Amino acid sequence: MSVLMQYAPLLPEIVLAVGTLVLLLVGAFSSNRSSVTVTWLSLILMVITAGLIIYQSSETVEMFNKTLIIDSYGRFIKILILIGSGVALFMSIDQLRQSQILKFEYAILVLFATLGMLLMVSANDLISLYLGLELQSLALYVVAAFRRDSVRSSEAGLKYFVLGALSSGMLLYGASLIYGFTGSTTFPQIAAVLQESGTNLGLIFGLVFLISGLAFKISAVPFHMWTPDVYEGAPTPVTAFFAAVPKIAAMALFVRVALTAFPSITSDWQQIVVFISIASMGLGAFAAIGQTNIKRLMAYSSIGHMGFALVGLAAGSVDGAKGVIIYLAIYLAMTLGTFACILAMNRSEGLVENIDDLAGLSQNNLPMAFLLAMLLFSLAGIPPLAGFFAKFYVFLAAIKADLYALAVIGVLASVVGAYYYLRIIKVMFFDPPAEPFEPMSGRLKLVLGVSGLFVLLFVVSPAPLVTAAEIAAKALFL
Amino acid sequence: MTTDWPILFAITFLPLIGAVFILFIPNDDEIAAQNARRVALWTTVITFFVSLIIWIEFDYNTSAFQFVEERSWLGGTINYRMGVDGISMPFIILTTFLMPVCILASWQSITTRVREYMIAFLVLETLMIGVFCALDLVLFYLFFEGGLIPMFLIIGVWGGQRRVYASFKFFLYTLLGSVLMLLAIMAMFWNAGTTDITTLLTHKFPVEMQTWLWLAFFASFAVKMPMWPVHTWLPDAHVEAPTAGSVILAAILLKMGGYGFLRFSIPMFPVASADFANLVFLLSVVAIIYTSLVALAQEDIKKLIAYSSVAHMGFVTMGIFTLTTQGVEGGIFQMLSHGIVSAALFLCVGVIYDRMHTRNIDAYGGLVNRMPIYAFCFMVFTMANVGLPGTSGFVGEFLALLAAFKVNTWVATLATTGVILSAAYALWLYRRVIFGQLEKPNLAAIKDMNFREVAFMAPLVVLTILFGIYPSILLDVMAVSVNNLLTNYQAALAEAGQLPALAAR
Repeated sequence: MSVLMQYAPLLPEIVLAVGTLVLLLVGAFSSNRSSVTVTWLSLILMVITAGLIIYQSSETVEMFNKTLIIDSYGRFIKILILIGSGVALFMSIDQLRQSQILKFEYAILVLFATLGMLLMVSANDLISLYLGLELQSLALYVVAAFRRDSVRSSEAGLKYFVLGALSSGMLLYGASLIYGFTGSTTFPQIAAVLQESGTNLGLIFGLVFLISGLAFKISAVPFHMWTPDVYEGAPTPVTAFFAAVPKIAAMALFVRVALTAFPSITSDWQQIVVFISIASMGLGAFAAIGQTNIKRLMAYSSIGHMGFALVGLAAGSVDGAKGVIIYLAIYLAMTLGTFACILAMNRSEGLVENIDDLAGLSQNNLPMAFLLAMLLFSLAGIPPLAGFFAKFYVFLAAIKADLYALAVIGVLASVVGAYYYLRIIKVMFFDPPAEPFEPMSGRLKLVLGVSGLFVLLFVVSPAPLVTAAEIAAKALFL
Repeated sequence: MTTDWPILFAITFLPLIGAVFILFIPNDDEIAAQNARRVALWTTVITFFVSLIIWIEFDYNTSAFQFVEERSWLGGTINYRMGVDGISMPFIILTTFLMPVCILASWQSITTRVREYMIAFLVLETLMIGVFCALDLVLFYLFFEGGLIPMFLIIGVWGGQRRVYASFKFFLYTLLGSVLMLLAIMAMFWNAGTTDITTLLTHKFPVEMQTWLWLAFFASFAVKMPMWPVHTWLPDAHVEAPTAGSVILAAILLKMGGYGFLRFSIPMFPVASADFANLVFLLSVVAIIYTSLVALAQEDIKKLIAYSSVAHMGFVTMGIFTLTTQGVEGGIFQMLSHGIVSAALFLCVGVIYDRMHTRNIDAYGGLVNRMPIYAFCFMVFTMANVGLPGTSGFVGEFLALLAAFKVNTWVATLATTGVILSAAYALWLYRRVIFGQLEKPNLAAIKDMNFREVAFMAPLVVLTILFGIYPSILLDVMAVSVNNLLTNYQAALAEAGQLPALAAR
C-alpha cells in the first residue's frame, strides 16, 4: 500500500488517464449513439479530476526523480485548464451535433489534450515538459482537422501540424543544447548549475530555441502565423477550445520554465520576452483592425492578449507571475464568454462568422448584445470590468521592474486594440438590425451568463482571486 | 468627521439601484418607457436630496476629508476609500443636481430605447459621483475611466448624423490620455507603497519623478479638460450627443480634468506644478483666444457653445495654475458656474432643436416674438457666459484674471481679450437667433417653453443669478480646503528650495 501511496499526489492525472482510456473503450465498443453519453461522461470525469485537485493537500511534492512537481501554482493553473476544457466541451455539444461531427472521439481527444496540459503544468524537467507538450499537441492537431470533409478544416489541421512539428523540433534542439551545457534536464538542477557557473553562448542559443518553441505554442509574434488560419479553419467549437485552454497551459509552462530553470540569468531571457511581448501586443492590435471574420479577429486578439500576459513574465518577479496568473484566469472567462456568443451566431443556414452578421444585435437580443459588449469592453481593458484588473496587475509588475518602455508601449497598444473591440460594439449597438439569430441554446446562455457576470461583478470582490494567485505565484519562488 | 451610516456609498450607488430597477421593467412598449422615465427621475431626485445632507452636515472649518469610509477591496494597501472635502463636495452636488434636469430634458426628445437610455444615464451618474468621492487612486481611475462606457453608448446610440465618428473619437482620445495616468498611478504605488490619496497628499515624491508623473497625469486631465491642442474631440462629441449627453459632458465630465489638477497634480507634485505653470499658462491663453475666434466662425449653435466651453476651461486652468488663493478659488468657481451655465445653454439649444430639428444658426431669427420666456432664459445664460457682473460667470473669470494679473501681467492681458471675444460671439449668436423679424415661415407657429421645460430651466436661472450676487455660498465651502492646499504647496516648494524662484517671477 505504501508503494502505491507515493503516487497519491498524481492521483488526479492518473484518474484522468485511466478514465479516458475506459471511455475510449466504451466509445469503441458501443453503438453509434453513444457519442453523447461519452461526452457527458467526459465532463463528469473532468469534474472529478478538478475535485481531486481541489482537495489535494497544499504542500509541494516532487515526484519521479524530480521530473514532475505538484505545487499550488500547478494546482491553480490545472483548475483553470479543467474549467476551460470542460466549458468548451459543454457548450459545443449542440453545434457539433448540428454540423454532424458529434463523434465520441472528439471528447476523448479533448481529454487527452487536457491530460497533456496537466502534465505540462507539472513539468519540472525538460523531458516531462516535452512529453506533456506533445501529448497535448498531437491531440490538438487531430481536433483542428476534425471536420474531415471540409477543406478549410483539413488545411487548418495540416498547417497546425506542420508548423507545430517545426516548433517542437526547435524546442527539442534548444533542450538538447541546454542539457549539453548544463549537464542536467531538471529545472532546479539547471538553475543550480547556472547559479554557480554563469551563462555562456551555447546555453543562450539553447534558451533562444526553447523560447521559440514555447512562443509558437502561445502564438506570440513572430511565431503566430498559424493562429488566424487555424482559428478560422477549425470548426467553431474547436476554435473556442483552442483560444481558451492550450494558451493558458503553454503560458503557464513558459512561466515555470523561465522562473524556475533560469532565474539567475533573468536579464538574458528578459530581453527576448520583452521583444516578443511588444511584437505580439503591437501586431495583435493593428492586424485585428482590418478583420471581417470574427474568428480571425479573435485570433489576433488572442495574440495580443498573450503579449500582455508576457508583460508580467518579463518582469521576472513574484508580482509578475501573480499578474500572469490573474491575467490567465480572467482571459479564460472572457474568451469562453465571447465564444459562447460566437457559437450563438446561428442562422437557419448554419453558423455565420462575419462581424456584420452581428449588426443591430442590441435590438434583436439585448441581453446577449449587452453581455457581449461587456466582454469586449473587458477584453479592451476598460474599468471597472475584469479585463482591467488583468492588465493592471501585469503592468504593475512591469513598472516595479523598471520596464517603463514596455509598459508605455503596452498601454498604447491597448488603446489601439480598444478600437477593434469598439467596432464590434458599434456594429451591435449603432447599426440597423440584420436578420435575427436562432434562439440561443440553454447551455450557451448559461456559459455567457456566468462569464458575463464574472466580468461585471469581479470588481465587487476581486480579493479571493488575487490572493489565490499570490499564493500560486509564491510557489514558484520557493 | 465620520457618520454612522455610509452616506457617500449611498449616494454613489443609489443611481445604480435605480438602473437595476429599470432593468426589470418588462417589455418595450410606451408604458414601459414611461415607467423607465419615472423611475429614473425619482432615483435622481432622491439622490439629489440625499446628497444635500452632505452639504448640511459639512464642516466648513476643517480641510480634512469628511464622511470617510474604508473597506478592504483589492487586498494589501489598495482599498475602497471614500471621502469629501471642500473641493470635491460642490462637484458632487452639481452632479446630483443636474441629473434630474437631464432626465427631464430627455423626457420627450428620446423616444427610442428609452429603458437603455435611462440605465446608461444612471450608471453614468454613479461613476461621476464616484470620481469626486474616491479617496484611492485605483478606485478613482476605475470611476474616471468607467464613465467612458455609458457615454460612448449615449453618443453612439442616441446621437446625431456623425455619431459613430464622434463616439469613437471621444472614447479613444480619452482612453489614450488616461492609460498614461494609469502607469503613473502604478509608479506612485511602488514609490509610496499605497494608493490612499490621504497618505499620498503628504508623501514627498522625488523631484525628477514628479516631472514624469505630472506629465502623465497632465496627459489625462488635459484631454479631459480639454486644453488646446487636444480639444478636438469635444466639438464633435458635443454636437453629436443628444441634448442631455452634451449637458453632462460640458457640466460634469470636463470638470473632472480640473478636479484632477487640484486633487493630484498640484498637491502631490508641487515642484513639477511650479515648473510647468508657464506651459499651462501658454496653453490656456492660446485656448482662450484661439477657440474664441473659432467660436465666432461657427454656423452650428452647439458647436459654438462647445468651442466657448474650451475657452472657458482655459480660464480655469489659468486660474488654478496661478497657485494663489484667488486663482484657485476662481478656477473652482468658474468650473461650477460653467457647469450650470453651459448645461443651461445646451438645454436652450435642445429646446429649439426639439421643435425645429436643426441646430443651424441661420435657420432661426426673431424667436423673441413667439418665445418671450425662452428669450429671457437664453439671455440670462448668454450674459453669464459672457461674464456679466451679477451673474455667476463674472465671479470666476474675475478672480482668475485677478490672480493671473499678479503672477504674470501678459497672461492676464491676453486672457482678457478672450472676455471681449466671448462677448462678441455670445451676443452675436443671441442676436441672430432671438432678435430681428420673425421671417422664416416654418418658425411662425413655434411654441414657447412648456411647463416641463420651464421646470428644469427655472432653477438654473435662479442659481446663475444667486451665485453671481452672493458667491460666498460656494466660496465659503472651498475656502479652508483651498488654503490648506496652497499652504502645503508653498511648504513643499520651500522644502525643495525653489521658493525664491517663484517669488522672483
